[in-house]
Amino acid sequence: MRIYTMRLAGLAMLAVGVLVVSAATAAERGRDGHVSIIYWQAPSILNPYLSGGTKDIEAASIVLEPLARFDASGNLTPWLAASVPTVTNGGVSADLRTVTWKLREGLRWSDGSPVTAADVAFTAEYCRDPAGGCSQLARFDDVTAVEALDDLTVRITFGVPKPYPYGPFVGATSPILQKAQFGDCKGARAPECTEANFGPVGTGPFRVTGFRPNDVISLEANPNYRDPAKPAFATVTFKGGGDAAAAGRAVLATGEFDYAWNLQLSPEVLKGMVAAGKGNVVSSFGTLVERLVVNLTDPSPKRGEARSTRAHPHPFLADRAVRKALSMAIDRKLLVEIGYGQAGRPACNVVPAPEMYASKANDDCLRQDIEGAKRLLDGAGWRPGPDGIRQKDGVRLSILYQTSTNAVRQDFQALIKQWWSDIGIETELRNIDASVFFGGDPGSPDTYQKFFADIEMYANNFEGADPESYLGAWRCGNEPRPASQWQGENMPRYCSEAYDRLLGEMAVTGEISERARLARRMNDLLVQDYVLIPLVHRGRVSAHARSLGGVRLNTWDSEIWNIADWHRVR
Amino acid sequence: MVEAVPVRRLLERHVVRQFMRHKGALLGFAFLVFILAFVVLGPLIWTLDPQFIDIRARNSGMSLAHPLGTDQLGRDMLARLMAGGRASVAVGAAAMLLSLLIGGLVGLLAGFVRWLDGPLMRLTDLFLALPLLPLLLVVILLFREALRAAFGPEAGIFILMVAVMGITGWMQTARVVRGEVLTVKEREFVVAARSVGVPEHRIAGRHVLPNVLSPIMVSATLGMANAIITESALSFLGLGFPSDFATWGRLLFDATDYLQQYPGRVLWPGLAISLTVLSVNYIGDGLRDSLDPRSRSTHAGNL
Repeated sequence: MRIYTMRLAGLAMLAVGVLVVSAATAAERGRDGHVSIIYWQAPSILNPYLSGGTKDIEAASIVLEPLARFDASGNLTPWLAASVPTVTNGGVSADLRTVTWKLREGLRWSDGSPVTAADVAFTAEYCRDPAGGCSQLARFDDVTAVEALDDLTVRITFGVPKPYPYGPFVGATSPILQKAQFGDCKGARAPECTEANFGPVGTGPFRVTGFRPNDVISLEANPNYRDPAKPAFATVTFKGGGDAAAAGRAVLATGEFDYAWNLQLSPEVLKGMVAAGKGNVVSSFGTLVERLVVNLTDPSPKRGEARSTRAHPHPFLADRAVRKALSMAIDRKLLVEIGYGQAGRPACNVVPAPEMYASKANDDCLRQDIEGAKRLLDGAGWRPGPDGIRQKDGVRLSILYQTSTNAVRQDFQALIKQWWSDIGIETELRNIDASVFFGGDPGSPDTYQKFFADIEMYANNFEGADPESYLGAWRCGNEPRPASQWQGENMPRYCSEAYDRLLGEMAVTGEISERARLARRMNDLLVQDYVLIPLVHRGRVSAHARSLGGVRLNTWDSEIWNIADWHRVR
Repeated sequence: MVEAVPVRRLLERHVVRQFMRHKGALLGFAFLVFILAFVVLGPLIWTLDPQFIDIRARNSGMSLAHPLGTDQLGRDMLARLMAGGRASVAVGAAAMLLSLLIGGLVGLLAGFVRWLDGPLMRLTDLFLALPLLPLLLVVILLFREALRAAFGPEAGIFILMVAVMGITGWMQTARVVRGEVLTVKEREFVVAARSVGVPEHRIAGRHVLPNVLSPIMVSATLGMANAIITESALSFLGLGFPSDFATWGRLLFDATDYLQQYPGRVLWPGLAISLTVLSVNYIGDGLRDSLDPRSRSTHAGNL
């Protein structure tokens, strides 16, 4: 009996083996010919360490690769490394001060030479050179040493305990450079190495054959790529320039290009383009959330210097019932439909992603409840006055609601104003030029930091996949105030002991699942206290031709992170 | 002096006749009256609230319920066009009057009072050199709170806008008027008036001012057009009225995103702005022709 099963298993394995071989012969490198990509912002350099621009970083990501990157759901995935080091697998030391990466075996640069730990150590040296002006220096914060222990092992040492040590060499902003090519380009000489910066030798699925800055990049399949069956395309044209509408049209309406990046267009316009039937729109969601911020302090000019500071609580927004009613009156689904279409979805959390960080405790915000909001206000003693506006003890519920100048935001303002007037709250709208509103000039009264209004609306997100520093914004004492020259991120002027305690806990927690639990808990505190009222989880929208397969839009890393898997659909 | 009254009446009749003869001016005048009736009396007949959002009816085309359709939030376009016109025309007219008043006064004084000429013209140069936008930013920064507290958000912004546009729009008028005054005051009839002992202020009021009326009229019409356009630009920058308060400029700005799908939404406010501006310009044109002393003198024989 046992022999029989074993024979059967052997047969099955043989069959599988044959299948794999036949699949491999069909999946030959370069079998699908040419693919063309359009980015409406043109890349000007292919070295992400010398440019902060998304367009440059993403174009370079076809060629240069990091040790690990984020996949489409925001999970950390090993890329050039064999695995992601954690405390559990011993890759991160117990004191959270060192992290050890191991490279995959057999990796080669596109010129055929082997990839070694020395290249990784050199990359750190290159970026950390004080004379270099590296754009990604922040990723090497607190790093004291990067050493190659052997050909495949590299150890990073931090000066302080780093519960989240995935800054260096993770993601498209921090890929590995070839020591042989960039060895003479360190420090002040970095920008002078035009040939290296315009045509870096990489490990990615393609290598550069021609680069015209601010125009077009030509690439061909990398003969030394680690997977012999990939990439499916032999050549790539990466075209830059134009505007979002033209790029969208080139893919969706005329079919001249296969892939268009970041189409910030109104849902109506996109719908019209998709109707031509040449391509599909894909969207992906990062951490960007459009939200209302409630001012917990009194913005009245009467307060003089102490205006919008914690010295005076807000006359009515200090009442949680009012804040909750404001949130209940909003129909988030309609806002999405009006403003973002496929590029948005209703949001109930300020930390909407990655999945393990997103709380599920607040999903009842998806239902608009005008009657419930009225009852809540009645119960809290806010009764409609003679003009229909609710009041209590001579305080009228009259709100000044500000945001930046932007067509979608003004539509949102008008809609929300109407809903609030339905529950007996008066609203005055104000919109401020974005460069003033977000400008942070301490001399201007119109900045979002000063917050001389009752409610303000804008979107915010966090870099990477870990929300610790983002959540740190709402720490007590981090609020903008005259003593801090109106700098700080705690716009609602929130102050909660429970919240600050959780933040302290997160700063010393290395285990990812535990960090996620703490993040969810803090998110719930903020949202259930209604100091932040999330509206829309905003995503990235791109388009690809119907004949292009394998696209998995990624907002956590480079959009074209998996170009090796792209292929032609027949 | 006994004869002055009938002569003046004759002159008036002549001006009116000349104006009627100018076809463009007549058409412009008729259109302006129509626009004024549309924005002032219209809302009494068409009583829909321009700010009311009927989200189910958004982006609808022309129908009986919404003769000009609705916008992207389902607000009635006809009602918004009326409300917007009221604001735009009011701002335009008020700003024009203010800049006319300042510009006329400065120009007249500079041209007529010799020792004031230098300082006033340098002041004009100074104002011409002022960049409008930074000035507006500062003014709004300084006074918006106070005006909002005193008059409410809409009236406060109205006063602010009219004041700023008036204060920054008078220089051209002043220069033209000064030049004209300088030529007129050397003319024989002024010299004659002065020689018979007419006081200076009366010469300025009775003899010089009527003769420089035509350039003032022309700059007034240009000023009104400018004011309507500046208001739109300000709304665009978010310095103007609250975003849900309709003005023609605001409507135009909101509609540009939907130019391809719903061209009507750009067309109506755009047409209203350009036709109003055009009609005011034509009126100015006709007025200049009919007020021109030269055209009067050629017909003087027929009087």
